[in-house]
Amino acid sequence: MTTSTQARTQGLARDPQQLRHRMPAGRWARELGWRHLVGVVAILFAVFPIVYVVSASLSSTGTLTGSNELFADVSGANYAALGATRFWTWMGNTLVIGVATALGTVLMGAAAAYAFSRFRFAGRRPGLTALLIIQMFPQMLAFVAIFLLLISLGEVVPALGLNSKLALICVYLGGALGVNTFLMYGFFNTVPRELDEAAKIDGATHAQTYWTIILRLVTPILAVVALLSFISTFGEFIIARVVLQSESNWTLAVGLYGWVSSLLEANWGLFAAGAVLSAIPVLALFLFLQKYIVGGLTAGSVKG
Amino acid sequence: MSRARYQGAVTGSGTRPGAGFAVKLVLVALVDALGVFGVLAAWRAGSWGILAATVALLAAANWVYFTKRSLPLKYILPGLAFLLVYQVYVVGYTGYVAFTNYGDGHNSTKEQAVDALLVQNERRVEGSPALPLTVVESSAGDLGFAVVSGGEAEVGTADEPLAAAPGATLDGGVVTAVPGWTVLDRATVLQRQDEVTTLRVPVSADAADGSVRTQDARTGYVFQPVLVYDEAADTMTDATTGVVYTPNDEGQFASADGETLPVGWRVTVGFENFATAFGDDRYAGPFVKILAWTFAFALLSVVTTFALGMFLAMVFNDPRLRGRKVYRTLMILPYAMPGFLAALLWAGMLNTSFGVVNQVLLGGASVPWLTDPWLAKLSVLGVNLWLGFPYMFLICTGALQSLPGDVYEAARIDGAGRWRTWRSITMPLLLVATAPLLISSFAFNFNNFTLIKMLTGGGPRFDDASVPLGHTDILISMVYNVSGLDGSAPRDYGLASALSIVIFVVVGVVSAVAFRQTRKLEELS
Repeated sequence: MTTSTQARTQGLARDPQQLRHRMPAGRWARELGWRHLVGVVAILFAVFPIVYVVSASLSSTGTLTGSNELFADVSGANYAALGATRFWTWMGNTLVIGVATALGTVLMGAAAAYAFSRFRFAGRRPGLTALLIIQMFPQMLAFVAIFLLLISLGEVVPALGLNSKLALICVYLGGALGVNTFLMYGFFNTVPRELDEAAKIDGATHAQTYWTIILRLVTPILAVVALLSFISTFGEFIIARVVLQSESNWTLAVGLYGWVSSLLEANWGLFAAGAVLSAIPVLALFLFLQKYIVGGLTAGSVKG
Repeated sequence: MSRARYQGAVTGSGTRPGAGFAVKLVLVALVDALGVFGVLAAWRAGSWGILAATVALLAAANWVYFTKRSLPLKYILPGLAFLLVYQVYVVGYTGYVAFTNYGDGHNSTKEQAVDALLVQNERRVEGSPALPLTVVESSAGDLGFAVVSGGEAEVGTADEPLAAAPGATLDGGVVTAVPGWTVLDRATVLQRQDEVTTLRVPVSADAADGSVRTQDARTGYVFQPVLVYDEAADTMTDATTGVVYTPNDEGQFASADGETLPVGWRVTVGFENFATAFGDDRYAGPFVKILAWTFAFALLSVVTTFALGMFLAMVFNDPRLRGRKVYRTLMILPYAMPGFLAALLWAGMLNTSFGVVNQVLLGGASVPWLTDPWLAKLSVLGVNLWLGFPYMFLICTGALQSLPGDVYEAARIDGAGRWRTWRSITMPLLLVATAPLLISSFAFNFNNFTLIKMLTGGGPRFDDASVPLGHTDILISMVYNVSGLDGSAPRDYGLASALSIVIFVVVGVVSAVAFRQTRKLEELS
């Protein structure tokens, strides 16, 4: 189905049978060859910085100038030097904050999406509209107010005040409903209601239906939301920078920014090694769950 | 699973509460325990707002989870609570702060400002004796001073004025032990140096008598405030010069000839912050330039990434093409790379003297990629293109594959060429399908703080600006710089919040208009 649609889309392969025959070289160049050419150029553009950073991380000099010749020498010096910095502390902080936020976001977002999708109650429409409106106002714009709020909260409960990872997680969770409920709501609506009704007739309660039936069926969107939430937390800078003040509490974004902004030339090797190591978890997750992500993204776009 | 059984138990149908109910009970108990702890802490700290909010949230939680009438809320409440506190409230609070002069010099309430003024403007009482001093700690953990005054030992803390301590042991004119107090040894005193040097122990219950302070933890001196606060008249008087300061509308004490005292308090100033942003010489010029660049940046980012992404999506949307998967996987790598890493990486690569772009790709040129106003803008857009085109490629690929084939057939029968088909069919359908995502992309880039901060830091700086702003600063990074939270400028929360409000309005209006337009588009198609 998809293949035939694509073929027609391009208006090229009039007869699918043609695919099997070898094309003359001229026609191949005209119809497919140039596509490969474009592809190679695009890939060079996309991949060059990544190749460069890997090479820089392996260079033995550790300076910006010394990293210019790709793979001139290969040494683990920069990676070893990370051990003497706070890099691994930052990595730990980032993972803790990212995973906690992702879990919280999925739990709270899915629960809210379930309520909006399955129950009919007074305030449901206004609630959805309100979420849509709130979604337009990114939380990070209010970072000054967040800073001031955390000062006040910190005077009461220090764990919820400035310079606390827990406080940062709470702040991130504040954005959980606004951003993700709609994505999930749409997906929940695609799960047939007959399933709930059948379960209900069989005597299942709403909680049983939710935990054992619905959540199983919407796993792809849960994965997507968890991943998107993790990635955005991973790279979030402004609030983390404002909230986390002591170096031992920093996340990777704040810490690596510190390295590059203060002594770019001298810290380059360290940064490159740190960048490679911090990109790995995200890249791995991304490539591993590529199918889900692409599906989730396009679900939003094409379903309308 | 708990509720029905729980209801069953209540209505007497014979079933008993199950495991789910137990879980719920434990969770609610946990929340209640934490909540009560929060209430007590708020009570102790005297934070009535937080106290009220905690009580309200606790009451709501208990009501929602123990009544039958709030089924949907059971699922919504956890997220809603966080949403209310950390998003709705802070946005509202931003709106409030935007109308105040909150910031350096206007940090607190009037009472606190008066206290701070009295403390900061102190002077050693002339001719007062040096008091041999010992740092002590009460059993409650409060630091205090034990001094020898007129041969008698006296002890006190910041909250308790000095009082005679009859049981104290004196050795060589210095207190060495006080019953009920621990004398701190030298090492501890050094560790807590900051606390010790800022500690002020009042001489008597009357603040005008002054207080004992120490710099070296061995000798204390009596300090008296220079300023005298007259509560009834609400004025400050300088005891040495006799000048009287009265409170003005700006939240400061001002003398008759306009001189103000350094510490003020927070007052609402109406639209003054907005007037500053649009009218003040120091801000208005940069603000207008930054506003224009923010729009240009966000719009061009969407257009360039979408154009490249769509082009590539169409190029690779041919099932006969071999290795499409490899192309695709390699091409989405920039999207999978965390944005802050990419921006920092490019900042190094585009470095004028040492970067790989100048040194290797351009063979030793010294193009000022990040330090020339226009080239810096170009670089920002270029890097954002690198970061963003894979996303557009992905969504365009998805949208292309779901376009209806019959329309194309009809077009072919009508004799439409490739270009015509693209212009009249592919492009509009693609736009309709991806419009919501393009709008979010615009909104995202409108506030793409990370990219700007990490790549150029907003620079190069405006030549004429007294505030730290530059040619590639966008509104959100302007807010950050003006707020002074990174210490590069005096803190001005009021102005920063006012600028945030401007962004809120812009983003809100753009989104609303755009969504309305796309709805129209959808109806048309």
